[in-house]
Amino acid sequence: MRATALMAFASLGCAAAPALAQPAVLAPPGVSACSGCHVAPGAGVATTIPPIHGRDAAEIVAAMQEFRSGQRPATVMDRLSRGFSDDEVRAIAAWLSAQR
Amino acid sequence: MRVNRRTLLAGLAAAAAVPPLARGQDAARVVVVGGGFGGATCARALKAAGIGNVTLVEANPTYVSCPFSNAVIAGLREMEAQRFGYDRVRASGVGVVHAQATDIDAAARRVGLSDGTALPFDRLVLSPGIALRFDALPGYTEAAAEAMPHAWTAGAQTDLLRRQLDAMEDGGVVVMAVPANPYRCPPGPYERASLIAHYLKTRKPRSKLIVLDAKDAFSKQRLFQDAWAKLYPDHLEWVPLSGGGRVTDVDVSGRLLRTEFGEHKAHVANVIPPQRAAMVAQRAGVADRSGWCPIDPVTFESRLQPGIHVIGDAAITGAIPKSAFAANAEGKACAAAVAGLLRGESPPAPKLLNTCYSLVAPDYGISIAGVYRPNAAGLFADIEGAGGTSPLDAPPATRSLEARYAEDWFTTITTEVFA
Repeated sequence: MRATALMAFASLGCAAAPALAQPAVLAPPGVSACSGCHVAPGAGVATTIPPIHGRDAAEIVAAMQEFRSGQRPATVMDRLSRGFSDDEVRAIAAWLSAQR
Repeated sequence: MRVNRRTLLAGLAAAAAVPPLARGQDAARVVVVGGGFGGATCARALKAAGIGNVTLVEANPTYVSCPFSNAVIAGLREMEAQRFGYDRVRASGVGVVHAQATDIDAAARRVGLSDGTALPFDRLVLSPGIALRFDALPGYTEAAAEAMPHAWTAGAQTDLLRRQLDAMEDGGVVVMAVPANPYRCPPGPYERASLIAHYLKTRKPRSKLIVLDAKDAFSKQRLFQDAWAKLYPDHLEWVPLSGGGRVTDVDVSGRLLRTEFGEHKAHVANVIPPQRAAMVAQRAGVADRSGWCPIDPVTFESRLQPGIHVIGDAAITGAIPKSAFAANAEGKACAAAVAGLLRGESPPAPKLLNTCYSLVAPDYGISIAGVYRPNAAGLFADIEGAGGTSPLDAPPATRSLEARYAEDWFTTITTEVFA
């Protein structure tokens, strides 16, 4: 189950684009830390931690809600997702989805 | 332009706050001192945020990562995998100067360098890391560290401890001294103890590790102790403060570590001494009597020196641990705040994350995570209900997955910072 969810999450991938951090200036609070674990666009490496930049915003919101409620299996995302309100999650998802 | 800026500054010289730049951020000069996970991240993020002139000052041409250096000590990883250069940082548009910041003049807004030059700045970010306090543990001097390595700054010390373990005969006793809080990487000593125990169990099974601790409680304690009981019952003994664990002095020639309760003879001694913010923070006047640097958590600006920001292990960040993950997150948040200040804006309160993985064995990872925001007392505080450690009853597959994620985190963060 877990592996399937991960694969589905990972397979969406994201297109190559300029390297490293986008101007953190416009980023909503918290989101700039995501790229500590989730590879940012154009980094040129792949890991088993799924990329989240450039993903559909609704999908990110759904994933965060499922992490928070415990519906989606997780190692650390259950613990991290509980630190964000619905509004914050929506802002984070919108910003991430625009990073390509 | 510079004349205009100076004129403007002169007119506002008495103001406590640093005025925004009249000329805009394109021409702003930001100097970042310290090219580790915090500083290199911050320099690149400042450049990406549109700051025209970003200079990173770092004495060493090669960075040696502390994260994963415990695996090097235990023979599970090669030192080469810990080394990172600054070519890509330079290619991103950041000026990289390999020199020491010897003199920081907050009022004149300039950093004097060991090569005799000086860098003027509109804002300065210090990410200097730690200094080991060779005045804090009687007998433990810089010279003593050549016999009893601390290996708490990675590089030659990491190699030295690894070679000492390699050279030790089976049946030897390894003794670790662990300091009281605060220090760099709260779970680090316990990951190291785990991996040294793994080394002994698999390579020198008649040997033993004794961990002498100046604390009774530590990060991920139940997870570590649960794993130690299962994996290393014969190879790792942890002695807490209440059991006489606090090391009061060391005797290098006798290879002795003394506590209030007695003394321990070591074949290999790893002494992690108390720490404080690196020397440059003291020179800049941003460290307080605790030895660490108080900051405004919204902007990371020093509470002691306006115009100077402090991030990473050197800063007092409340509930946020002194970790590489946190330094990277702080570097990005600080860059956003500095760019905002240079545009004349008031930066919004940030939210920060931390995730720290520890390896208990090569295929056994555990983690602690947290989400933080500034509180009324002006410190970062945990957001209640969020964060915490891996579950105590997780199956082996989860431990294995977290070990994998630890590696993945290292790949990702070192790519973001140095590649």
